[in-house]
Amino acid sequence: MSTRKKAKDIFASPIASAVAIIIAILWTIPTFGLLVSSIRPEKDINNSGWWTFFTNPSFTLENYAQVLFQGSTTNPPLAQFFFNSFALTIPAVVFPITLALFAAYALAWFNFKGKDTIFFIIFGLQVVPLQLTLIPLLQLFSKGLVVGDTVIIPDLGITGTFIPIWIAHTIFGLPLAIFLLHNFLSQIPRELIEAARVDGANWFTLFSKIILPLSVPAIASFSIFQFLWVWNDLLVGLTFGGGVKQVAPLTVRIAEMVGSRGSGWELLTAGAFVSMIVPLIVFFALQRYFVRGLLAGSVKG
Amino acid sequence: MSFKTKRVLAATASAAVATLFLAGCAPADSGTAAGCEAYADYQGFEGTEVEVYTTIIAPEADLFVESFAEFEECTGITVNWNGTQEFEAQIAVRVEGGTAPDLAIFPQPGLLARFKDSLVAAPAKVTESVDANYSPDWKNYGTVDGTFFAAPLGANVKSFVWYNPKVFADNSYTIPTTWQELLDLSDKIAAEGKIQPWCAGFGSGEATGWVGTDWMEDIMLRTASAETYDKWVTHGIPFNDPAVATAIGEAGKILKNPDYVGDVASIATTTFQDGGAGIVDGTCAMHRQASFIGGILAADHGATIVEPTDTSMDNGISVFYFPGTSADNKPALGGGEFVAAFSDRGEVQALQHYLTTPLWNNAKAKLGGWFSANKGLDEANVADPVNKVAVQILKNATTFRFDGSDVMPAAVGAGTFWKEMTAWVAEDKSDADVLDAIEASWPKN
Amino acid sequence: MINTAFSLARKTPWEVIFPNLILLIVSLAAFAAVIYLVFLLASRVNVRVQEWLKYAVFLAPAVLFLLIGLVYPTLRTLVMSFMNADSTEFVGLDNYVWSFTIPEILVVLRNTFVWVLFVPTLSTMLGLAIAYLTDRMKRPGVVKSLIFLPMAISFVGAGVIWKFVYNFQPNLDKPDIGLFSAISKAFGVNPPNWLLEAPGNTLLLILVMIWIQTGFAMVVLSAAMKNVPDEVVEAAMLDGAGNWQRFVRVTVPMIRSTIIVVLTTTAIGTLKVFDIVRTMTGGNFETNVIANEMYSQSFRQMNYGQGSALAVILLVCVLPIIAYNIRQLRRERAER
Repeated sequence: MSTRKKAKDIFASPIASAVAIIIAILWTIPTFGLLVSSIRPEKDINNSGWWTFFTNPSFTLENYAQVLFQGSTTNPPLAQFFFNSFALTIPAVVFPITLALFAAYALAWFNFKGKDTIFFIIFGLQVVPLQLTLIPLLQLFSKGLVVGDTVIIPDLGITGTFIPIWIAHTIFGLPLAIFLLHNFLSQIPRELIEAARVDGANWFTLFSKIILPLSVPAIASFSIFQFLWVWNDLLVGLTFGGGVKQVAPLTVRIAEMVGSRGSGWELLTAGAFVSMIVPLIVFFALQRYFVRGLLAGSVKG
Repeated sequence: MSFKTKRVLAATASAAVATLFLAGCAPADSGTAAGCEAYADYQGFEGTEVEVYTTIIAPEADLFVESFAEFEECTGITVNWNGTQEFEAQIAVRVEGGTAPDLAIFPQPGLLARFKDSLVAAPAKVTESVDANYSPDWKNYGTVDGTFFAAPLGANVKSFVWYNPKVFADNSYTIPTTWQELLDLSDKIAAEGKIQPWCAGFGSGEATGWVGTDWMEDIMLRTASAETYDKWVTHGIPFNDPAVATAIGEAGKILKNPDYVGDVASIATTTFQDGGAGIVDGTCAMHRQASFIGGILAADHGATIVEPTDTSMDNGISVFYFPGTSADNKPALGGGEFVAAFSDRGEVQALQHYLTTPLWNNAKAKLGGWFSANKGLDEANVADPVNKVAVQILKNATTFRFDGSDVMPAAVGAGTFWKEMTAWVAEDKSDADVLDAIEASWPKN
Repeated sequence: MINTAFSLARKTPWEVIFPNLILLIVSLAAFAAVIYLVFLLASRVNVRVQEWLKYAVFLAPAVLFLLIGLVYPTLRTLVMSFMNADSTEFVGLDNYVWSFTIPEILVVLRNTFVWVLFVPTLSTMLGLAIAYLTDRMKRPGVVKSLIFLPMAISFVGAGVIWKFVYNFQPNLDKPDIGLFSAISKAFGVNPPNWLLEAPGNTLLLILVMIWIQTGFAMVVLSAAMKNVPDEVVEAAMLDGAGNWQRFVRVTVPMIRSTIIVVLTTTAIGTLKVFDIVRTMTGGNFETNVIANEMYSQSFRQMNYGQGSALAVILLVCVLPIIAYNIRQLRRERAER
């Protein structure tokens, strides 16, 4: 990547770097404090600031051992919740992005009446708070959709599986995904599309041969955001899991562990870190996609 | 409020008891029939499952699950214990959404009423068992509009003052037996200036303020008659009635007195779990809180729960009865959970019935840290010192009343009452303004 | 050990994971297979059929999901906002009158306004500044990652972290465990009870949200800056523009539409945020916001009427933002 441009090098000033580094350090102090706290014994956490660790170090992995391995008869081991989180997150990223890419393609390149209106409505739907949709969606999953006496969607008996959670996350992820991907796709040069059409590509091959390969950076960067969002979600997992431990994600378990133990700073700190590990790995592994592609569509020029 | 009722906590001691008990009499793997005679009524449901939805989560939940072991083995019914802190909000979502649990353990009778259309009335056998094993008061809390839905489960007593027996002994403080003696003792401690007379904490996330409502209720039960208390809870008198004003005034004598509690406003930001920490390390003398706080102080602040007579431990904590206006006025404030069914399947009714039997109540109590109002519960099975006192208080109480805010409509009992008690300490809102604001929020119809 | 007797009767983790794993694999495979087949068949049918089939394949699924999952619940909420607590009778505008007359709710509305004012503007400005600074750094990776880090933390986790920072110890003799308190004592000032005193406490909660959102703004804006053509920057330099002028006159206008996207997304996210308030103050001490009050009205106090009215107010609050964006999009379209 030739992102380091000559013109900018001339101005690369040590002061700018210093300021950026100072901000980064300030930004990290709270999290760092949490990390230090998570390896301190419970008594110390409650009775002295985490910075005293450096003058008076006392180290323990007890908190992590407790969070990770503390078995209980009511709860499966944490490994199962890790699995659940993955099993929940992967389709909840794949489904909405696929559907959103389809819709964004249609809205960006098909010519039909009312496509602007549809796009604006979808854009507006971003603001619908999640909480409004909990009850209607749950009813749909548990009872199906019946208008009058006509059964439009029958009760599929999917309550208590991952499927309602996937569908719910798909719905909640769609508006923003369509909005961002539409911005990206509509920047694809018209000549490119038209040339392909002239060559006899139909709308379907056009999608798979041209649109899809070109959208990879945008897909990758949006996937990361959707991943972070789904992984960190508590409310959807809790509500649409049908109250079944077999499908509950990590966040549900950690919230429960923390709540059951009084103020329990020591478990809060370790628990927060355990749940952060995967998002951090994902971010560090994929961060270069942010630098490319992300929202490239909304950049003019 | 869930936190109050669910924390019949497994202190280290009781966990040890549990281990001993199970090691001693765990049913042998073979011979399923042996020892299963008591479960004859619950046969025919092999392979079925019952979901129990509740606020009670680990570690307390583990003891519940253990207490079902025999039932599960003898009946073939699997009990899926599903505890979440989000119970109060989620139960509404699940019921409306058509995914109601089989059984729900309601920590607040006030919450029960909202689900009367979805709940299944208790079957005759459960009703019979409750009639036989619980006082009419308790049955009444599980009854909505004349229909009995929910059977009582655990109980707790809130009229407790926690203190450190060694600190009291060292300073020769005597346990007060009347409200006036309590204030006199507080004055004396404050005058000496060695330690703070009281400490308190209202903080509890979005439920912040419930500790304040408990104070109010406990005092209301002392300064007013039980009839007035009932009227207050059911809005027979307005919330800003002079009788209520008297109660909040008395509460303010302690909670809003900086000589007693130090910085009044910070009560609102101190969590209820940390509120009592001062009595463990000897920085304050007294802390009014329900029985469950002992387990938390033991787990988070290294306290040891001791008999009131044991003055040897620096970190020993114990309880005395939150005194009434006179020595023979002994009302008790308590709380409890109620089990209601959303399904009429046989196995669900079997479990609901089992939970009302002395058989289960004794087995559960033996595991420690827990008691109930079941008449068949043998006191000898309630092992730890505090719950022992609690059972005594429950028995000797001149009046027993349920936690009022748990019975009030949710808009008040889980809403403005909490919020206003918080503002009362945090913003020094006046007694009258607090009561007027709560009165204004009482649902119209 | 003591639990083995009856945990044997329960499923082992693997017994639970296995069917779920199968479901996961089958679902993903089925999803891929359906799409593959549809594409395969669709590209073989004649052109006339394709003309309508393309809508059915590309547009219909998303639209259907949105109709059921978002449009219908919104309309339902609108209706419920004119009904009583358990949605059994119409009460006209009562719930809205309630919203605008109860002093506590007015505080909620005021706070929400403050949040929407501060979070998007400050986090975008900060993100822009950091993006500009790191754009001129040799190795910006670490700095950017550290600033992005809070994005990877759940709101609840962030609440925990900051509760630590704002921890207040009323007893002056005990050591502080809160960073802010310790710093202010080091300067010889007795710390206030950070989360208690309005209106400062709302600003402290806002700081948490800014801490999270700045990373998002920085990443997006820095990607946009990379796309600013060098010729434009160089031209400005030749004109003798200083750093600041170049930033304001060249960089910012060039990435204007990205800035608007970031502001919009952050504003919408801010309006919907409730976890931070819930975990840190529970909405007490005059820090409550609409999204939190809506949740507790609807599901805790089970007053669906009042909860829905608050939700509708929330939606109406966002309309200006949406309208502005639509105008922007229209204008961009016209330019193309």
